Amino acid sequence: MKNIWVVAKKELRTYFTSPIAYVVIMVFLVLVGFFYYNILMWFNAQAMQMAQNQYYYSQVNINQMVYQPLFNNMSIILLLMIPLLTMRLFSEEKKIGTEELLYTSPISVGQIILGKFAASLLVLLAMLALSGLLSIFSFAYGNPEVAPILNGYLGLFLLGAAFIAIGIFFSSLTENQIVSAILTFGALLLFWVLNWASNSAAGAWKDVLNYVSFLQHFDNMTQGILDTTDVVYYVSFAFFGLFLTHSVIQSRRWR
Amino acid sequence: MIAVDHLTKKYGDLTAVRDLSFKVEKGKIWGLLGPNAAGKTTTMRILTGFLPATEGRASVGNLDVFEQSNEIKKILGYLPEVLPLYPDMTVTEYLGFVAAIKKVPAPKRSEAVARSVKVTGLESVKGRLIKNISRGYKQRVGIAQALVHDPLVLILDEPTIGLDPAQIIEIRSLIKSLKGERTIILSTHILPEVTQTCDGVVIINEGRLMASGSLEDLTASIRHQEGVVLKIRRDGPAAAAEIRKIAGVDNVEISESEIKVEWKPGRDLRDDIVRLLVERRFGLLEMRPMAMNIEDLYLKIVSGGTEQ
Repeated sequence: MKNIWVVAKKELRTYFTSPIAYVVIMVFLVLVGFFYYNILMWFNAQAMQMAQNQYYYSQVNINQMVYQPLFNNMSIILLLMIPLLTMRLFSEEKKIGTEELLYTSPISVGQIILGKFAASLLVLLAMLALSGLLSIFSFAYGNPEVAPILNGYLGLFLLGAAFIAIGIFFSSLTENQIVSAILTFGALLLFWVLNWASNSAAGAWKDVLNYVSFLQHFDNMTQGILDTTDVVYYVSFAFFGLFLTHSVIQSRRWR
Repeated sequence: MIAVDHLTKKYGDLTAVRDLSFKVEKGKIWGLLGPNAAGKTTTMRILTGFLPATEGRASVGNLDVFEQSNEIKKILGYLPEVLPLYPDMTVTEYLGFVAAIKKVPAPKRSEAVARSVKVTGLESVKGRLIKNISRGYKQRVGIAQALVHDPLVLILDEPTIGLDPAQIIEIRSLIKSLKGERTIILSTHILPEVTQTCDGVVIINEGRLMASGSLEDLTASIRHQEGVVLKIRRDGPAAAAEIRKIAGVDNVEISESEIKVEWKPGRDLRDDIVRLLVERRFGLLEMRPMAMNIEDLYLKIVSGGTEQ
C-alpha cells in the first residue's frame, strides 16, 4: 500500500508540475459549465411554458430534464479527456528510460500500475468534484433530488475509472504518447457505440453487445438507478484493463 | 559476491550472451569490458533483475537473481546506460522518490538523500530541475540514484559515457572512492577505464567470455617479454644494429620512426641502452616502456573477432 502511494504521489506531482492536469481540468470545467448553462436555460424556458398547464407543470423535473442530459454530455467530455490524462503514464517511462529504474526497484509491477491508476483516479475525482460546484445554482433556485445526482456522479466516476484502466493499457503498449492517446480514444469510442451493432445482431450476441457497451450501463446510472450489475461491470472493466497492462509489461520483459 | 554461471540470453534468434561465467569477489571493482554490442548491457540487466536469462544462473551474495529477485533489488544499486531521470523533478525530489521506491524507511530518507548528494558532489545543483543541469551533473545524479539506499552491490553501465575528459577523471575517482565495503561492476568499451579503476576484468565479445581475472594475473599471463620503445634523432638502422649487440636483448624491431627493443622479464637493460645511445651520439629523443599489458590482449580479442 505504501509503495502504491509512493508511485501515485510521484505521478500526481508530474500531473501538477506540468500543465497537463490544469489544462485537462480547466477545459473539462469550461465545457461542463457551457453545457450546464445551456441546458438550464432551455429548462427554464420549458418550465415557463409548462407552468401554463397544471398537468404538464407536475411533470417538470430538474433531475430528469437537466441532470440526465448533463451527465450524458459529461461522459462524452470524459471520453475525450481521459486519453490525454493516461497517455504518458507508461509511454513516457519507456521513452526516457526510467522504466529500468522502476523495474529494478523492490516494488512490484502491480504496485506501479496501481499507483499510476490511483493518481489518475484522484485527478478524475478533482474534475468531478469541481464540476459538482455548478449544482450550487440548481439548489439555490430549485429543489432537485440529491440521491440521483450523486448516483450520476458515481456513474461518471466508475465510467472514468474504466476509461483510465483502458488508457493505461494502451500506454503500456507503446512509447509514443500520441499513439497511446489515439488507440485509447478509438477503443473507448468503439465500446461506447458497441450496442448500436446489437440492433442488427441476433440471439445471444445481442445481449453480449448490449452488456459490453458502456452506454447501456451508464444510462441506468444517470436515471438514478443503482444496480450492482452496472457497478460490477465498470469495476471488472477497470480490473481487466489493469490486468492486461500487467500481462503486457511482464511479457515484454520475459520475452 | 557475484557469480554468473553459464548464462545465456537470446532475443528471438539473436544470442546476446552465450554461456557466460565469471565471479567477482566482495569489495572489488570489476570491469566488464568489450566492444559495443558485446552483451555487456544484457549481462547487467540480467544481474539487476530487469531481464530474465534464457539459460543459466546468476547470484548476488547468496541470493539467486531469478528466485530472490526482490531481495536482491534491495541491496543492489544500478546505473543503466540510459540515465533513468525524470526531467521535471529537482535533484532532491528525484532522489527522495528513488529512496522511497528502494524501500529506505521514511524517517531515514532525507538523510540518505543528503548523504548521496554529498558523496556525488551535487550540493550546488540539488534544488534545480534535472532538465536544467549539465550532462556531467546528470551523470552524477544517475550515480547518486544508484547509491541512495546504500547498496552492497553497484552495477554501473558505462558510467563515463558522454563526459568530457575532466569529468571522466572525476567520475572515476568517485567510483574508486565508493569501493570499500561495496562490490562494483562497471561496463565500458574503453580500456584505460579498466586499468585505472578496476581490480579485475571480464572481457567479452559477441556475448562470449574471452578472458577474465584480476588485472595482475591477466597481465602476468601475457607478459612474456619486457621492453622499451625508443625514438632517436638520426641513423636508426645503425643504432638498431648496435643495440642488438647488447647482452640480453632478444629482439629489436625497427619501424619508420621507432625502435622496439625486447628482453626477457627479470632484467632491466634500460641503463645499457641509454648509455650506448648517448655515447654514440644517436640523439635519444624518447624512451617509454612497451605497452605489454591487457591492451594487447584486448585489441587482439576485439580485432580478431571470435578467435582464441
